[in-house]
Amino acid sequence: MKIRAIALNTFKEAIRDRILYLLFFFAAVSLAFSRLLAVLTVGDRVKIIKDVGLASISVFGVLMAILIGTGLVYKEIDKKTIYTLLAKPIRRWQFLLGKFFGLALTLFVMILAMGIIFLAIVLLHTGKLDGRLLLAILFIFLELILITAVAILFSCFSTPILSSIFSLSFYLIGHLSWGLETLILRTRSGTARAAIRGLSAILPDLENFNFKTEVVHGLVVDPKFYLFSALYGLVYTIFILTLAVLIFKKRDFV
Amino acid sequence: MAAVLEIDNLHKAFTVGFIPKKREILKGVSLAVAAGEIFGYLGPNGAGKTTTLKCVLGLIFPDRGKIELFGHPSLSAKGKERLGYLPENPYFYDYLTAAEFLNFYAQLFGLKKKEKHDKIAGLLRLVGMEKARDLQLRKFSRGMLQRVGLAQALINDPDLLFLDEPLGGLDPLGRKELRDIIVRLKQEGKTIFLSSHILQDIEMICDRVAIIVGGRVISQGALQSLISEKVLFTEVTVSGLDPADLVDLGEPVSTAGERILLKVLQEDNIDNLMALVQQRKGRIHSLVPRTETLEDIFVEMVKHG
Repeated sequence: MKIRAIALNTFKEAIRDRILYLLFFFAAVSLAFSRLLAVLTVGDRVKIIKDVGLASISVFGVLMAILIGTGLVYKEIDKKTIYTLLAKPIRRWQFLLGKFFGLALTLFVMILAMGIIFLAIVLLHTGKLDGRLLLAILFIFLELILITAVAILFSCFSTPILSSIFSLSFYLIGHLSWGLETLILRTRSGTARAAIRGLSAILPDLENFNFKTEVVHGLVVDPKFYLFSALYGLVYTIFILTLAVLIFKKRDFV
Repeated sequence: MAAVLEIDNLHKAFTVGFIPKKREILKGVSLAVAAGEIFGYLGPNGAGKTTTLKCVLGLIFPDRGKIELFGHPSLSAKGKERLGYLPENPYFYDYLTAAEFLNFYAQLFGLKKKEKHDKIAGLLRLVGMEKARDLQLRKFSRGMLQRVGLAQALINDPDLLFLDEPLGGLDPLGRKELRDIIVRLKQEGKTIFLSSHILQDIEMICDRVAIIVGGRVISQGALQSLISEKVLFTEVTVSGLDPADLVDLGEPVSTAGERILLKVLQEDNIDNLMALVQQRKGRIHSLVPRTETLEDIFVEMVKHG
């Protein structure tokens, strides 16, 4: 109940923030641009539309999660609104979870809106709907949830600009860390290889959420992969949120 | 009377700066607030008033010391249901309207819909903000925020109310209104903890005060016991007299045209002065005996503290 009240207030804050609409506007432009790009391309135009469209949803979704998420907790502390809030009968973890769910709800609405525009463009172009596109969008959403948790974690102890850089790094590292697997294969066994292996175990692998290529090119995906990715997202998100709560619990609000 | 708040030997230090350096803010604060009283917490800027409050409210964690609220150690969610808090220079979610904001806080106490509606309407009336009900808080002036701040502190009908510099940012009329509200809350049986550096406010309404200087409570007690009723001196304004004749009677403080303001220390000299005025056909414009004020004690203590 209390978490819900905070989440709804966070949602209200986010949807009254101009930056959200700016990003949404660019996302819409980018989606429309995919149509234009398809005209200029030789080859399968539908694939271009789907590819650029999904990538736009993903990139602008991540920007929304990071730019809004990193400010959420920091702003409450900076503007001292947290003083009266925490003097009310709520616990700190409830506050943090409320913030998290509030932003998740905002992102859900945004992804939904971008998804509808995207599917409409695809429908106009091909005359039919591919259900697997929805699946790809769902996994983009799961990735955004994790990024949201990361953004909130950093904003518990850092300024929005630093948190944004950290979160963006997390996102980039997460999408490039699969390269380490290749590196392991090319390194001779020894300390170096063990170190790289350790690193690849710790670093997030956000490619787990990336089903864009498979969906766009109509490749077959083992259902087990979907399940694994969803579980991976869930566990990682819970881990990050736990970390955030532990840090937040000890904080002095000066 | 039972104590609703007891603080014993509270210590808090912050580490500041790039090269960490410890700064002790609270150096053993002890005080007790009894049920049903208005308790004034006085001190110059930076003495540790707000830090003490934040420790009590669980916003920061004390290094050492004991805090008991309603007889229970440490602050539980249950205990918070009986508290109200108005911070210094309050600032709230500026994208919400006054009504939305109060509604949000009411939800945190699990108030029912009907109950919530009546409560919010009543509080907005109490603080005189009915007209600003549907205005976003970003458009509020400081005084208006202070009023809405008081409304949010009262949303749960608290037993113990913490007000940090509540009269700051208010115009004279607003100050009077707020003082009246505070006195009325006391009559309703609430305990009020008032932190301030504006002494006149405290003097007028507080039952007991504690004075904090440099992180320590240096004096605590009923206002009457701290202030003596003894007349310190008398200020007399006279005209139609020769200043040279007044030298023996008192200390001339200032002159404005014909009028001379005189500070008379001995009470005998007042009779002598009156006799002189009659004899010389002068006039007495005012005669004010000055007793000791909280300000005098305060200045004295801060100087020696």
